[in-house]
Amino acid sequence: MDFGLDDDHRALQASLTRLLQRHAPLAQVQAVAAQDEPTDPVLIHALADQGLFALLVPTDCDGLGLGLLEAALAAEALGACAAPAPYLGPVLSGLALTLGGDAALKKRLLPAIATGSLLPGLAISEASSGARRNFGVTASGGRLTGTALAVVDFATANGFVVASRCGGLFWLESDASGLSCNRLTNIDRTRSLGELQCHDTPALALDHGDVGQTLRTVENAARVLVAADTLGAASTMLTRAVAYAQERRQFGREIGSFQAVKHLCAEMASELEAARALVWYAAHAQDTLPDQATLLACHAKAHLSEVGTFVARTATEVFGGIGITDALGLHLQFKRIGLNRQLFGAPERCRVDAARAQGLIGQRPPYPAQAQV
Amino acid sequence: MKLAYAPADLAFRDAVRDFLATHATSWPKRSESMRPGPDQIAWQKLLISKGYAARTVPEVYGGYGAAPDLIKSRIIAEAFAEAGAPGGLQNQGVSMLVPTLLELGTEAQKRRYIPPTLTGELVWCQGYSEPGAGSDLAALTCRGEDVGDHFRINGQKIWTSSAHVADMMFCLVRTEAEAPKHAGISYLIFSMQTPGIEVRPLKTMTGQAEFNEVFFTDVMVPKDQIVGERGQGWFVANATLKHERGMLGDPNAAAARLRAITAILQRETVDGESLINNPLYLDRLMRLQARVLAMEANGLRLLTAAQKGEPAGLSNLIVKLMGCELNHQLAGLAIDALGELGVLYHGGPHEVDHGIWQHRYMFDLGLIIGGGTAQIQKNIIAERGLNLPREPKLAKPDAVAR
Ligand SMILES: Cc1cc2nc3c(=O)[nH]c(=O)nc-3n(C[C@H](O)[C@H](O)[C@H](O)COP(=O)(O)OP(=O)(O)OC[C@H]3O[C@@H](n4cnc5c(N)ncnc54)[C@H](O)[C@@H]3O)c2cc1C
Repeated sequence: MDFGLDDDHRALQASLTRLLQRHAPLAQVQAVAAQDEPTDPVLIHALADQGLFALLVPTDCDGLGLGLLEAALAAEALGACAAPAPYLGPVLSGLALTLGGDAALKKRLLPAIATGSLLPGLAISEASSGARRNFGVTASGGRLTGTALAVVDFATANGFVVASRCGGLFWLESDASGLSCNRLTNIDRTRSLGELQCHDTPALALDHGDVGQTLRTVENAARVLVAADTLGAASTMLTRAVAYAQERRQFGREIGSFQAVKHLCAEMASELEAARALVWYAAHAQDTLPDQATLLACHAKAHLSEVGTFVARTATEVFGGIGITDALGLHLQFKRIGLNRQLFGAPERCRVDAARAQGLIGQRPPYPAQAQV
Repeated sequence: MKLAYAPADLAFRDAVRDFLATHATSWPKRSESMRPGPDQIAWQKLLISKGYAARTVPEVYGGYGAAPDLIKSRIIAEAFAEAGAPGGLQNQGVSMLVPTLLELGTEAQKRRYIPPTLTGELVWCQGYSEPGAGSDLAALTCRGEDVGDHFRINGQKIWTSSAHVADMMFCLVRTEAEAPKHAGISYLIFSMQTPGIEVRPLKTMTGQAEFNEVFFTDVMVPKDQIVGERGQGWFVANATLKHERGMLGDPNAAAARLRAITAILQRETVDGESLINNPLYLDRLMRLQARVLAMEANGLRLLTAAQKGEPAGLSNLIVKLMGCELNHQLAGLAIDALGELGVLYHGGPHEVDHGIWQHRYMFDLGLIIGGGTAQIQKNIIAERGLNLPREPKLAKPDAVAR
């Protein structure tokens, strides 16, 4: 038994961090976030070259065939610098295709995902967060109708993986008939959301194998990766708050020598350090401890949402007035954590799912099959 | 990263489970006394003989003598928790003094004191705190005068847990009157039967006398009863404190508690509905479960680092603060889940689990304070873990708060 990162993990972290330092320094991220269409093709290209989108793609489809722990370390690095780049959409769509697609579809799509030429958006909000209002798509005879909310990595998407309200998974081409796509602006200017409106839109069912299990696996992976992103974002906020507390002086001494400030930092560090171990554990469990995979994914997502929220506000507070401005760029992580909290199930829902995963309460009731549009 | 069990691990787990099932009738009862009773000592001896307690302590010192093995320790802890079986003894002797002696004691001290301590037959107390020296432990004034081949001790200790039942004390005394604050302290071990020691129990809010005042009047301690060198007591004391904090924040204890509370929520009904179906209680339970899982994962990380000889850094510094707070919150949930049944105490009809949850809720608050308060832990995390500036008043380089 061994609990911790090995040299390969550390090498992956280091090379990705180096790349992000070069292609996504703070000034660059701030410039991108200020654009109307906040995407950064140069960064995406560099990440693709590095193999970011190939992480989970099987080797026989030109991918790296790595596990969720590696993918989580990458998510953490992206969150740490608030990288304005797609990640969850392509990586998790690739996972859905790997598990649920037939051989021909996989051969067609997965190599393109691995190289970064295909960057699908992921539309599983109704399954993972629950269907809001009348949102959600229903499937009938290979055609989708309805609206999918909160599609992640929308701006760069040239294809979609969509979950229907009944828990089916589908591959949707971006030029499918009867499909209209609307951007949804959200607080986090480094990642994009959108909605898909389908009117009798043709789609391919990803029904190879156990569909319920595929959706569960993708949802679990999504929760772990979002938790890891929050871990990275919150760690950056803590590191910067500590650095500021060491340097900023008031009343003739560093503010970090005041216990009120010192203890805020200690509380953030304590929460984050324990949370870090939970994220590693949960990520590793997805590939190696199937009995605990769902429980740990739910807890990682819920717990990191809470710890992230605590760190986001507390670190901001350490900076005083300048923390509330956008001058330092801290708001990038603050907002990233804010979006992450709601994606793929807010903490309340994840805790209920955690209780279900261990049989403390009954299973999720089926969705009302019919979405009214 | 490797967490999944191999077939050999599963076989080991079966063996532990079998052992626990076979010996279920010898599980000792929870005892009110802070001194292990005969059934606890017998159980402890059995556990040591199987390697389920004192696993890595060398055989010559009465341990099982196995090489450190993370997976086996984990399996043992899990199997005991899952069965609800009482694990190996954890007290100030077993968990704090033994590792200190293993690290810094003389060969004679190890051979003489470790074996009976491990079995629970020799009970220790920790004489650190004094009325004027709590968080600022190095301000202690209890004197040890050099009188030939003995130290003569005069002074007072306070908050000394178990002193009323203990056989021995490990004690900090000022032996070098002229030396600076931290350099004048020695770490002595002596029998509580030594003439001149008076123990006066102090009741805590739990209603029990868990700790004491201890007065020393011309107590003569032979000079070879010192651990480490003269004037190095501060260093030795900190070695002990490290183990104390690990014991107080033990994630396995929190995990066992979580199991018990889950069972309460499943079992207790209000208006005919099980509490586990009440979303507010369930949400509290799940929040705490996430924290328990995080501390368990942190614990695995720490054990791995220890086994590889790597520095543990922050993940070690947070254990006491996070673990004690977590235990306190767990006890709080159990009480809330029991409602009016949760306030029954001191025996009588309908009292649940001998009032253990109220007892824990109160005693755990003591543990948040003892062993270095939560505020002191935060100072340590900030100063040693994050490199934030030290307190202006603690600016001297050797001024390490406990
Ligand atoms: C249940 C229990 C068992 C104990 N068992 C033992 C034992 O067996 N042996 C033993 O020697 N001692 C024992 N203790 C004593 C324990 O170690 C001390 O109580 C503890 O270190 C605090 O010291 P104090 O009580 O003097 O409080 P003080 O040091 O007076 O602290 C009072 C308050 O001031 C705060 N404070 C003090 N200094 C600072 C600072 N620098 N920064 C911020 N806040 C500060 C503290 O956090 C606390 O809130 C036990 C205590 C308890 C509660």
